[in-house]
Amino acid sequence: MKNYAWPWELRRNGVLNMNKRNIDYIGKYNQRKFYKRVDDKLITKQLALANDIAVPDLIGVVEEQHKINEIPQMVLGRTGFVIKPAKGSGGKGILVITHVENGRYYKPNGDEVTPNEVYRHVSNILSGLFSLGGIPDVGLVEGLIEFDPVFDGFSYEGVPDIRLIVFKGYPVMGMLRCSTAASDGKANLHQGAVGVGLDIATGKSLYAVQFDKPVLTHPDTNYELSQIQVPNWDVLLHTASSAYEMCELGYLGTDMVLDKVRGPLLLELNARPGLAIQTANGKGILGRLKHVEGLKGPTLSVEERVAYAKKHFCSNPNF
Amino acid sequence: MHSRKPFFIFVALLFISGITASIYRSIEHNVPFFPGEQVQSWSVEAKVMFNGINKPAEASLSLPQDPAFDVLAENATSAGYGLNISEGDDRRAVWSIREASGGQSLYYRVTLVPTGQLKVDADEEPATPEPYLWQVTERGAAEQIINQVWERSASNISYAQQLMDVINNSNQSQNLALLLSVNSRTQLFLQMLQSKGVPAKQVSGLMLEDQRRRQQLNPYVQVYQDGEWILFDVENNKQGRPDNLVLWQHNGMSVLDVIGGSNSQVNFSMLQETRSALATSIDMMMNTDSLDFSLYQLPLEEQSTFKGILLIPIGVLVVVFLRVIIGIKTSGTFMPVLIALAFIQTTLLTGLIGFLLIVAFGLMIRSYLSQLNLLLISRISAVIIVVIFIIGLFTLISYKLGLSEGLTITFFPMIILAWTIERMSILWEEEGPKSVFMSGGGSLFVATLAYLAMSNSWIQHWVFNFLGIHLVILALVLVMGQYTGYRLTELKRFKPLAEEK
Repeated sequence: MKNYAWPWELRRNGVLNMNKRNIDYIGKYNQRKFYKRVDDKLITKQLALANDIAVPDLIGVVEEQHKINEIPQMVLGRTGFVIKPAKGSGGKGILVITHVENGRYYKPNGDEVTPNEVYRHVSNILSGLFSLGGIPDVGLVEGLIEFDPVFDGFSYEGVPDIRLIVFKGYPVMGMLRCSTAASDGKANLHQGAVGVGLDIATGKSLYAVQFDKPVLTHPDTNYELSQIQVPNWDVLLHTASSAYEMCELGYLGTDMVLDKVRGPLLLELNARPGLAIQTANGKGILGRLKHVEGLKGPTLSVEERVAYAKKHFCSNPNF
Repeated sequence: MHSRKPFFIFVALLFISGITASIYRSIEHNVPFFPGEQVQSWSVEAKVMFNGINKPAEASLSLPQDPAFDVLAENATSAGYGLNISEGDDRRAVWSIREASGGQSLYYRVTLVPTGQLKVDADEEPATPEPYLWQVTERGAAEQIINQVWERSASNISYAQQLMDVINNSNQSQNLALLLSVNSRTQLFLQMLQSKGVPAKQVSGLMLEDQRRRQQLNPYVQVYQDGEWILFDVENNKQGRPDNLVLWQHNGMSVLDVIGGSNSQVNFSMLQETRSALATSIDMMMNTDSLDFSLYQLPLEEQSTFKGILLIPIGVLVVVFLRVIIGIKTSGTFMPVLIALAFIQTTLLTGLIGFLLIVAFGLMIRSYLSQLNLLLISRISAVIIVVIFIIGLFTLISYKLGLSEGLTITFFPMIILAWTIERMSILWEEEGPKSVFMSGGGSLFVATLAYLAMSNSWIQHWVFNFLGIHLVILALVLVMGQYTGYRLTELKRFKPLAEEK
């Protein structure tokens, strides 16, 4: 029993589990009809633009096979671009090209991607290989984000993104996801990325885990993870909180990145955010969710909600 | 938030009706709860003999009618005779022939299955019988005994018990000795009951004992009390009925009537047989043409299809349990159930090996296809065709090698396999071989457990014979769909969060 917790220990610490998340939060607060606002990144993008939320710029949309040939034309003159499926999930099917040289494409790790491979990748996207349920999809071609160098050293072969759980419009928990060599440049915790819990009040790091085990330094760069302070924290909170009005989903995960020039950009929204954020924070999320559920009275404005969250959901570092 | 009460009431109703339907089936149709169960049945042969006197002859034999035994099969054969079985309260077999001469033998065979229902209920209260008219010589003695016993009794039954005791008392009074000199014990018992207006009737019964021949029917008396006929065996001074007694004739008619013959007699021989309880109850259902919902009414081919289909809920239940309660990840939600269905045809080991071979070869071919830059649809189609090739090749090789197990590989659902190969190949490219082994292994593990549940002979018996079980499964699946507790794997995953803060 050394490796297993008793259920009541987890319950006492307010750890949300998959079944309860599905039934009591997603099932209860996320209306089915609003799902496409987050499941289809093209719609998310259009909604975000309509709501003055900053997003990576859209270079083009590939809806049909023959338009794949237009991609080189689309990205002409750019240093890099990203191709992603509009209906992908879990970061599947995202092709990042950081370097274009003489019509040849290179991935962040320096590997070359032949035009043939790009063609096949987009073709797979259109056939629905990465979409939920295999339904036909469209490919989005987006501009490369110029990442804020503030996180240099905290991430390996990729840039960290910031995940915030927004419940009924209140940001309740946050984390920074840093890719590692083990995660192959991806930001998914189950693949080995480092998850750093963030204080809602300040954007400072609280705790960090890799493969669910606490870590103090980044495994590849040995940077002290306790030193992280996310810049533009208030803007991030504000953007995440206003995503609630935009997509009308009660239980929401927002993924954002910091652009050197433009500041926080909304990358995508998630109607079924995972539970790893609890491990990264070393803390169960249920207490905060119940706190928000217990709030009565009229719906507050975005500013009021952010202020309320900063006041009530602050934590002490746990390194 | 709306109340969950109606939901739980609904689930409870499903559960209760499922259990009730199953219990009803087992009681009403004697469908056994365990597949190998055996029941004892009795094969009884009645042989009617008489001497023909060169005239038209008609022999009428009463047939058993007893709630304690169901008639599974009966036939009456005798060469040259016409036969008519009359139904109704008094079932009789009537043989007839234009001319009979010399010794005649007629046979009636019946297979009886005990139902365990030994009580004989009276549909309506019998009329109070006319008081028996005693012979002048007997009247005094009889009345003296009757009155003495009547004084000491409280009810029909206690009166009958006391009477039987007196009749069988070894220190007989002179009165009784006189009466018994002209009457049999049974007759005397019946007459004495009727003298006091107690409804009673004489019945004929056959004691079933294995491998007995030339048995006769014995006389018994049924005494009425409180809607029930209670049996008395006066000759042996016993009350109540043993479970190996068949009531052959119970409404006072004769057992055998022969017109146009002499020296008629009937004797019985019997044999105990052991049959499968299930086969017996199926035969019974077929016999009675019961309109109850039973899949045995379907043609054999459809039956065997349904035997497979009805296992799916069990596999689904296993998958729901392993995913919701335990938290095992599988590739494709119900792929494990389909694989398990294939395992049932191939057996587990052959199935596992076959699955791994096909997927491994498929992945190799698929890695070549991925270089060809095909559209997804045509690539999957190509994989399907290749899977068929692989299956054909393995079947052929195993046939040449004389491995008959290999031939069952054709039972794998090919489209499912092709999709599995495609998904795993993508998983391999995106997340590496480790993920492929994890999700593939999880699926095979779940499929194996589902197979073990689905191939269990008890479960196969239950899901086909007790359709109510499926309502219970539905209820369980619905309840698990409301489970908000921790999955077993989450107890490990969130272990770091369990520490006291």
